[in-house]
Amino acid sequence: MGSLIDLVKISKSFDGAKVLDELDLSVQENEFITLLGPSGCGKTTTLRIIGGFEKPDEGQVLFEGKDIAAVPPNKRHLNTVFQKYALFPHMNIEENIAFGLKISGKSKNYIRDKIRYALKLVNLDGYEKRSVASLSGGQQQRIAIARAIVNEPRVLLLDEPLGALDLKLRQDMQYELIRLKNELGITFIYVTHDQEEALTMSDKVVVMNQGYIQQMGTPEEIYNEPENAFVADFIGDSNILNGIMLQDRLVEILGYQFACVDEGFGRNKPVDVVIRPEDIVLKQPGEGTLDGVVSHLIFKGVHYEMEVQAGGFEWLIQSTGCYPVGTPVSISVDPFNIQIMNKPASEDEEAIGVDE
Amino acid sequence: MSRKLLAGPYLIWMICCTVVPLGMIVYYGLTDRSGAFTFANLSAITVPAHAKALGLALLLAVISTLICLILAYPLGLILRKTGLGQKGFVVFLFILPMWMNFLLRTMAWQTILEKHGVINGILSFLGLPSLRLINTPAAIVMGMVYDFLPFMVLPVYNVLMKIDNSVVEAARDLGASNRQILFKILIPLSVPGIVSGITMVFIPSLTTFVIPNMLGGGKLLLIGNIIDQEFTVGSNWHLGSGLSLVMMVFILISMLFLAKFDKGGEGNAF
Repeated sequence: MGSLIDLVKISKSFDGAKVLDELDLSVQENEFITLLGPSGCGKTTTLRIIGGFEKPDEGQVLFEGKDIAAVPPNKRHLNTVFQKYALFPHMNIEENIAFGLKISGKSKNYIRDKIRYALKLVNLDGYEKRSVASLSGGQQQRIAIARAIVNEPRVLLLDEPLGALDLKLRQDMQYELIRLKNELGITFIYVTHDQEEALTMSDKVVVMNQGYIQQMGTPEEIYNEPENAFVADFIGDSNILNGIMLQDRLVEILGYQFACVDEGFGRNKPVDVVIRPEDIVLKQPGEGTLDGVVSHLIFKGVHYEMEVQAGGFEWLIQSTGCYPVGTPVSISVDPFNIQIMNKPASEDEEAIGVDE
Repeated sequence: MSRKLLAGPYLIWMICCTVVPLGMIVYYGLTDRSGAFTFANLSAITVPAHAKALGLALLLAVISTLICLILAYPLGLILRKTGLGQKGFVVFLFILPMWMNFLLRTMAWQTILEKHGVINGILSFLGLPSLRLINTPAAIVMGMVYDFLPFMVLPVYNVLMKIDNSVVEAARDLGASNRQILFKILIPLSVPGIVSGITMVFIPSLTTFVIPNMLGGGKLLLIGNIIDQEFTVGSNWHLGSGLSLVMMVFILISMLFLAKFDKGGEGNAF
């Protein structure tokens, strides 16, 4: 095994609505793992079960192989950074950070050194005597992180900690968190609905929907090889099309044949096809696989975003070059960039956990 | 300009109903029957009968305030914890008596505590010796607690319900036990509600004369009764006003003290 935390067949319902259904998950030591999914997918509930704030209806939570279901949150070797920071408003920064250390009975000198170390780590040296209310949202979040890490937890749980921050600050904090994780050498379990955040920071991403794990893997795997249409749609922009796998390495989309690299789907099998917008190459009419006309053009900063009407489908295309609206173009895709996925046989299967 | 005019009616109300009566009390309190200036009405508080009445009033007010707090705070905690508070129904039950006439409720207590009242009726039915309940300080405290408890429940409940649960979870996450959460998080964060509850129970308890009249049988005199009698029976408005001014000083002191405590409580919990 060798894993630090194992969730074994965890189920949880609230008011009769099933939030988690036989969820299995293992977290390795020193890993940055992100639970990613839309709201209501069960990611926060999973985190709260690990933290001890919710009890699973069924299943086991193992910490180094030992069941900790009966261990209350204040006795677990983990600390949480909450979405709303949850700093103690009646204490100053120093007292907030010292809270856990005082409770565990550490000496005054130890606490003072720890506070100084933690404030340095989150780039807020000298803030000891400030009040909570005098800090900005980003600063409060850093204090919340400092308050958690001074206790030297084995695992840090982060529940959408950057959700309330503006874009620039969020990006800065993402780098901060990666740096922190590397400096501390502890396990981070991170919950977010922001796919960019998940891809940027994680060693491993767990995509969840409706209480099931949809896909688990490195950010690259999740992005480049989504295992189903939900993951493809949730992670980044994509063109998701119905296709028919004519034979190995050949798929028919909208009546046009595309070469691809996937094998083993059988002959004439209906499949879902994902093509990332940045993977579509626009060529002169007649030079690509199918022809169409540019119908929308938006400048996005780093790239242009275009929509092309071709074969009765509106293709989303991102490119650094642009064609004005109305230009006839031709669509071409590198075989390597066509991702083929089995169609879900039923709604249930659509949400089934996929083991690697 | 027109906006300032809107404040007019309130200004008139305040002048007629607060400033002028207060001025009259001050005038009467600092003059004798001939209209000459004197401090005698104020220093009259040192007369043993008056001092004793004030002392008893302070004592009973403190006791009933403490009992109210002891009853209301755990109630607030339970409502917060069980989520019953969200529905507000339980709080509604506690506040319901407030909508009934104050005199009626106190009279009801008379009937309950009387020599041949409800409680003694039950006791004699059970073959137990009857208790002397009415006309004791305990009866007055009981009446005060019953009448003023809602004023403690409401602010304490409000402040406890407003404490963000994630703050409590954060404390638990950092290792705090239930007891530590209560003393380091919940109580410090509910100080404003506790303080306003104390103020709202202590001040009416200190000044009431109806409750000691009805449940104290007119024999146990609190400072409120003395002032009442000076105005009604003795018709010495000067002495009554003077004693009222002394009372006001006590109320102001207690409010200042509580305001200070509140500020201190906001800033440091450890």
